Amino acid sequence: MSTATEDKHSAALDAAESGATQHVTFRLRIRRFNPEQAAEPVWVDYELSMDPKEKLLDALHKVKWEIDGTLTFRRSCAHGICGSDAMRINGKNRLACKTLIKDVLGKPKNGVYKPITVEPIKGLTVLKDLVVDMDPFFQAFRDVMPFLVAKGNEPTRERKQSIEDRARFDDTTKCILCAACTSSCPVFWNDGQYFGPAAIVNAHRFIFDSRDDAGEQRLEILNEKDGVWRCRTTFNCTDACPRGIQVTQAIQEVKRALITRRI
Amino acid sequence: MQIHKYDTVIVGAGGAGMRAAIEASPRSRTAVLTKLYPTRSHTGAAQGGMAAALANVEEDNWEWHTFDTIKGGDYLVDQDSAEILAKEAIDAVLDLEKMGLPFNRTAEGNIDQRRFGGHTRQHGEAPVRRACYAADRTGHMILQTLYQNCVKQGVEFFNEYYVLDLLLVDDPEVTLASGEPGKRVAGVVSYELATGEIHVFQAKSVIFASGGAGKFFKVTSNAHTLTGDGQAAAFRRGLPLEDMEFFQFHPTGIWRMGILLTEGARGEGGILRNKDGERFMEKYAPVMKDLASRDVVSRAIYTEIREGRGCGPEGDHVYLDLTHLPPEQLDAKLPDITEFARTYLGIEPYTDPIPIQPTAHYAMGGMPTNNDGEVLADNDHIVPGLYAAGEVACVSVHGANRLGTNSLLDINVFGKRCGINAAEYAATHEHVELPENPETLVVELLEGLRTGTGTEKVHEVRTALQESMDANAMVFRTEQTLKQAAEDIRELKMRYRNVSVQDKGKRFNTDLLEAVELGNLLDLAEVLVAGALAREESRGGHYREDFPTRDDVNFMRHTMAYREVDESGKDAIRLDYKPVVQTRYQPMERKY
Ligand SMILES: Cc1cc2nc3c(=O)[nH]c(=O)nc-3n(C[C@H](O)[C@H](O)[C@H](O)COP(=O)(O)OP(=O)(O)OC[C@H]3O[C@@H](n4cnc5c(N)ncnc54)[C@H](O)[C@@H]3O)c2cc1C
Ligand code: SF4
Ligand code: FES
Repeated sequence: MSTATEDKHSAALDAAESGATQHVTFRLRIRRFNPEQAAEPVWVDYELSMDPKEKLLDALHKVKWEIDGTLTFRRSCAHGICGSDAMRINGKNRLACKTLIKDVLGKPKNGVYKPITVEPIKGLTVLKDLVVDMDPFFQAFRDVMPFLVAKGNEPTRERKQSIEDRARFDDTTKCILCAACTSSCPVFWNDGQYFGPAAIVNAHRFIFDSRDDAGEQRLEILNEKDGVWRCRTTFNCTDACPRGIQVTQAIQEVKRALITRRI
Repeated sequence: MQIHKYDTVIVGAGGAGMRAAIEASPRSRTAVLTKLYPTRSHTGAAQGGMAAALANVEEDNWEWHTFDTIKGGDYLVDQDSAEILAKEAIDAVLDLEKMGLPFNRTAEGNIDQRRFGGHTRQHGEAPVRRACYAADRTGHMILQTLYQNCVKQGVEFFNEYYVLDLLLVDDPEVTLASGEPGKRVAGVVSYELATGEIHVFQAKSVIFASGGAGKFFKVTSNAHTLTGDGQAAAFRRGLPLEDMEFFQFHPTGIWRMGILLTEGARGEGGILRNKDGERFMEKYAPVMKDLASRDVVSRAIYTEIREGRGCGPEGDHVYLDLTHLPPEQLDAKLPDITEFARTYLGIEPYTDPIPIQPTAHYAMGGMPTNNDGEVLADNDHIVPGLYAAGEVACVSVHGANRLGTNSLLDINVFGKRCGINAAEYAATHEHVELPENPETLVVELLEGLRTGTGTEKVHEVRTALQESMDANAMVFRTEQTLKQAAEDIRELKMRYRNVSVQDKGKRFNTDLLEAVELGNLLDLAEVLVAGALAREESRGGHYREDFPTRDDVNFMRHTMAYREVDESGKDAIRLDYKPVVQTRYQPMERKY
């Protein structure tokens, strides 16, 4: 039967709706670490058979729920909104819940897939398996005054803001503090004192908000030795950001504001 | 074990918890305990908007908003509470704007507003633009803005601390309706994820803001961590839960995955279609069509599916069609949900309709509170010092069905009220002495699970629970399906006693906590089903095919469920009822 909406069907929609699952067998190679048991991390392989349209997070759950309950990772929302599950998947920082197995599976050689590697994000102390210590990351965030500072009398209604002024900092409002960017930055790996891209993104979000009056203060903070000048524009952060934030561009805008002292 | 002493302790750092913290922390020494880092809370997943009759884009007023809330809740709403919600909405939105929330703007630079289901002008005449929003990331912006302001104020957080018990002591001067002595709050017991250590927090006032419990369903928009820990802790300690049978099934979850696609998509003009391309909502709700209230739309979708007009090879879903909307509008107003369709379904919503099905979304019921946020011990008594706000609570402003955008509002209005009131209570009261060995219950629970040698696996029991709940206690319910669910849950509770965890360690033992969370889900699912079985009528989100109409004579009342031990020494649920507060609106038939 041909109908109005069915006529519109693309191949992609047909595939999405087919419901038919074709399981593939592959290995997940996870870097395991539990200081209660061993001083050094080890790589452990798990063989799984799953629908490649499932998420990598589903694969981790399958290991945890059906094979080894001690596997430990953070997760909550399972759709890329809460920022809990940034990890290095095949050497690239991603959210496990926003990565489909098929996107990291590659092509089989003689019917066998290369294992998918999963390890914790770099530059933060690993506490257990894929769980890292996030405190230094949140400290850098807190250090850039990530809140609106508005001087003058409060209006009775809302502050006005034009659509254009609102658009100016829209990109950096999307940040979910997942640390994918900061932990992909070679400068941060070498020197944990560097604020890192995420903190700069959040400073940007306020520096370019027309309602805010503390831009100068924030620029001074970012002008310091661990601040924005450490950035070497490697674009790793922009590639890593699961929210599609133009991180490098935001950092460049902050640098430019520092040079011209104009926001 | 460590003991900490604070004036006010807040359990949860989602929207409700942090809104409370912003009020409480300058007024009293406050600790916020949260099992997730604050910015990981599920408030961040909310998309569409927050209701307030700002009248920025068209005529509107809080009285219409009150009416819509009451009608939307199928008249089970406490009308005095709804009036507070709608009145205080305006300041709640303006407060957030002043804290820095980047709302979308109108051409004049004011907060922009859009349409949402069930929100109308002139008591149902036509849809009204009442939802204040920031693209389809309103919850994200609220969560970030509140966290930013907590940082600004130096609020003290205990991150990745799981609260597992509520400490109550008897107050012999008060006698509850059950004949038992009244209760006062002494504190909470928590478990630190990083170390496995137990921390007891003694407090003069405690606010529960620990969110919903959607994970007892399989297809749900809720996070893995929404396991009703707060409700379950209160229930175990003998406090009632109100209206738990009322659970909202949101019409548009991504097919099979349950990931939410905001009602704002229909507010922007999106249309639901069956396999014939027909805009079927015209048949079910001639005026509001796709923007009728959620329970109405979810039932319509399943009716289409059951009558053979569902889409796909198995005919088990329908479409949310956005293809007639300009791509620029989708990019500007619905960027996240269109990306979800691309990421998780691999389709292009500019040109493809999106396969959807109803998804378990929101708990209308919870810990009963009065309008000051004080938790009730029974119909006539509060628990002095204990407060609750947000999805864990039931005021009741949502009645039998919550309107879209009223929850982000609820967490702000009642979060604020709880924060102020809990701090004031702390300023005028002393600490209640902790019971002896306050940690006992938690230690027993955890050690039982950690050292258990049973053969059952947590995930198998949980999956069985979710499958039974989806099959038996979702959009359509009957005595038969509910009895089946009750039987399944009883059996699963037996199996639960026999679960063991593999991780025996202290450090980040999420294996152990998943087992604890499953226990909470089982207890709460049982309450939901018991309430649903007893409620032999259909109202809002609770639809009984064997009793398809609303019965105001017998059921215009809130369910109050208590945990009791029966004569044989077994756990049982006792159901009682509480009158609905009606002020100016007489119940009418609900039509959209
Ligand atoms: C996908 C989605 C979209 C939505 N969209 C909208 C919308 O557009 N408009 C609207 O009005 N509503 C919407 N809602 C509903 C609304 O977002 C939620 O009801 C609301 O955000 C709940 O807030 P909360 O603060 O009560 O709970 P949450 O934000 O869930 O926070 C719960 C907090 O409690 C903590 N916690 C839980 N258990 C424990 C424990 N045992 N110990 C310590 N801490 C604990 C968690 O760490 C977390 O910090 C949506 C809901 C979903 C799921
Ligand atoms: S900028 Fe992107 S990658 Fe960095 S923390 Fe924010 S969301 Fe994550
Ligand atoms: S689990 Fe929330 S971002 Fe992945």
